[in-house]
Amino acid sequence: MSQIAGTRARLVWAVNLAALLLVLLWTVPTFGLLVSSFRDRDQIAASGWWKAAFPSTASAFVRAGGADTAVQEGDLWVISGTVLEKGQRLDAWGVTSREPEAYRPGETAALKDGQSLTVAADGSYRLSSPTAFTGGRAMRIFVTTTVPPRVTTENYARVIGAEGLGQAFLNTLTVTIPATVIPILIAAFAAYALAWMEFPGRALLIAAVVGLLVVPLQLALIPLLKLHNDIGIGKGYMGIWLAHTGFGLPLAIYLLRNYMVGLPREIIESARVDGATEFQIFRRIILPLSFPALASFAIFQFLWVWNDLLVATVFLGNRHDQLVMTGVLRELMGSRGGDWEILAASAFVSISVPLLVFFAMQKYLVRGLLAGSVKGG
Amino acid sequence: MEQLSYAAGTIVTGVFGCVAWFWGSNLILDGVWPSRGPHAGRNILRANMVRPWLFIGPAILFLAVYLVYPVFDSLWRSLHDAGGRAWVGLDNYRWLAGDAKFREAILNNLLWLLVVPAAATFFGLLAAQVTDRIRWGNVAKSFIFMPMAISFVGAGVIWKFVYDYRAEGQEQIGLLNALWTALGHPPETWLTIPFWNNFFLMAVLIWIQTGFAMVILSAALRGIPEETIEAAILDGATPWQLFFRIKVPQIWGTIAVVWTTITITVLKIFDIVFVMTNGQWGTQVLANLMYDWMFRGAPDYGRGSAIALVIMALVTPIMVWNIRNARREMMG
Repeated sequence: MSQIAGTRARLVWAVNLAALLLVLLWTVPTFGLLVSSFRDRDQIAASGWWKAAFPSTASAFVRAGGADTAVQEGDLWVISGTVLEKGQRLDAWGVTSREPEAYRPGETAALKDGQSLTVAADGSYRLSSPTAFTGGRAMRIFVTTTVPPRVTTENYARVIGAEGLGQAFLNTLTVTIPATVIPILIAAFAAYALAWMEFPGRALLIAAVVGLLVVPLQLALIPLLKLHNDIGIGKGYMGIWLAHTGFGLPLAIYLLRNYMVGLPREIIESARVDGATEFQIFRRIILPLSFPALASFAIFQFLWVWNDLLVATVFLGNRHDQLVMTGVLRELMGSRGGDWEILAASAFVSISVPLLVFFAMQKYLVRGLLAGSVKGG
Repeated sequence: MEQLSYAAGTIVTGVFGCVAWFWGSNLILDGVWPSRGPHAGRNILRANMVRPWLFIGPAILFLAVYLVYPVFDSLWRSLHDAGGRAWVGLDNYRWLAGDAKFREAILNNLLWLLVVPAAATFFGLLAAQVTDRIRWGNVAKSFIFMPMAISFVGAGVIWKFVYDYRAEGQEQIGLLNALWTALGHPPETWLTIPFWNNFFLMAVLIWIQTGFAMVILSAALRGIPEETIEAAILDGATPWQLFFRIKVPQIWGTIAVVWTTITITVLKIFDIVFVMTNGQWGTQVLANLMYDWMFRGAPDYGRGSAIALVIMALVTPIMVWNIRNARREMMG
């Protein structure tokens, strides 16, 4: 018996461990970018984000002042200055690339021709010589410095302002909200008709909706762009609202119909017997009862429109101030491929709203997914 | 700000327009054929024949214009030249058959098709099974499900950072190269390694889709009748047998739905390739190839449409299967 208990305990451990591993695998990439969005450019380049909580060490060299900056003190010529930038701490320094950490802060190095160099812990250096300095390249001082961990929100300020993400945020919002609201209403009426009204061709229409669910958007791009140009809508918000409404309708009708069919028949029948018109039944009974399904679809459509790149690229203008956030992000990936502080902050501005919606409304999202898929099985 | 008020105006107009249509048309219908008076019976019958079409009309209009018409228009365009004027018959398809880039794209799409649905379903099943048995399962589910809310472009940025490359000797800031160099290998530019780079792109989609698979499969697993499981336990089944012999066979239907849904996503995959490699280094896929022909350089709508129709043709079997399932469900 104790043996079985032992196996069980080990199994519980294994399951917990497996879950932890999966969760880590699925969150670490996002978390890494989130951490990076709060680090400045130098920190990101100097060390991996997983070291962000620890001080980072960097090696570099600084050029001492040139011969023209020397001042005479008694019979010595002296060049002075500092090797540190703000926030850095000096760990060690040196005068050759072969031994960049030869000296501690505060020590003095004896150089050729009787010159000597002292670098203090605060970074100030003093290069002195018994003879006047001559021209040529100024000497290099190799320094090893430590930067304490630091959190900055500058990246966010920069991408929202200078990189145009603030405008793009507004554009995305402008695209998303009407494109989410309008199809719901159209789909709700259609779904009610398909669920509770008898008419010839109903089964055919339902089959058509199921079929249209999977039609690739790619097919629709050129024909619709041409159509919009021909009827004078052109590229712009009106066009993209209509397009997203059309593309979202099959899923909306499918989800809502599946849900409405499941509503209790007695309620609807008794309302009909009581002389309620179909419009009243729809507005007073069906619509309120279908709220969960409406919410599910609203979240789907919101996420899909907010995250879409292709439809926006085709149906909106391509001037920088007309782009939605995914468009700006794509542009930045091309032009600022290595500037991770910009990319990280931009990515997080663009995914913050969907993530917020996701965590707040997860219940409805899951419910919608289940209504859409499990039934089909 | 101006555009937001434009958007708000559109919402109001749109919502008001819809309501006005549904309410107004119903009112007119009731006025023309009142359900009271001498011909009440006949009128109700007539009104009931028209009313469904009033309810469903706007949806049919949208579906017809935005989804059905484009299929036929694309078909027509694919039989015409670049500008859509001269009839060229099947030339565009003949060109496709001989084009090296198209062959690369379709082979890559098939590779995606083999790997992504299988991997996402597998991880989804694993995650469902594991998270259903622990106390913090719901939290774990939330986190695994989270990538679903992230755009493909955002996911592209997230994963490009994981794959980041710094020259040998520099500090690696990409997680993958940091692990790789810690194991004593030289750093790699993951997204340019021929053939294998496809898998690094697929990882992004698997990462996004696993949560979807998990949520649905988890619900299906919980729907399995307790008796079958209890009986198996009493008969001395190991957890392994319990899972593969008892549970999995009972949720085949759901697994098939998850599999086909992800397959559709894979066939249309565009954004990930578009932003991460743009089809370079042997990673081209159909949707991105189509975008190239339609919107880059000198557009060739004929060839672009032909590629779009190839995607449509690949989706069609699943479409038919879905429709048959839906019909069977309605009958039963």
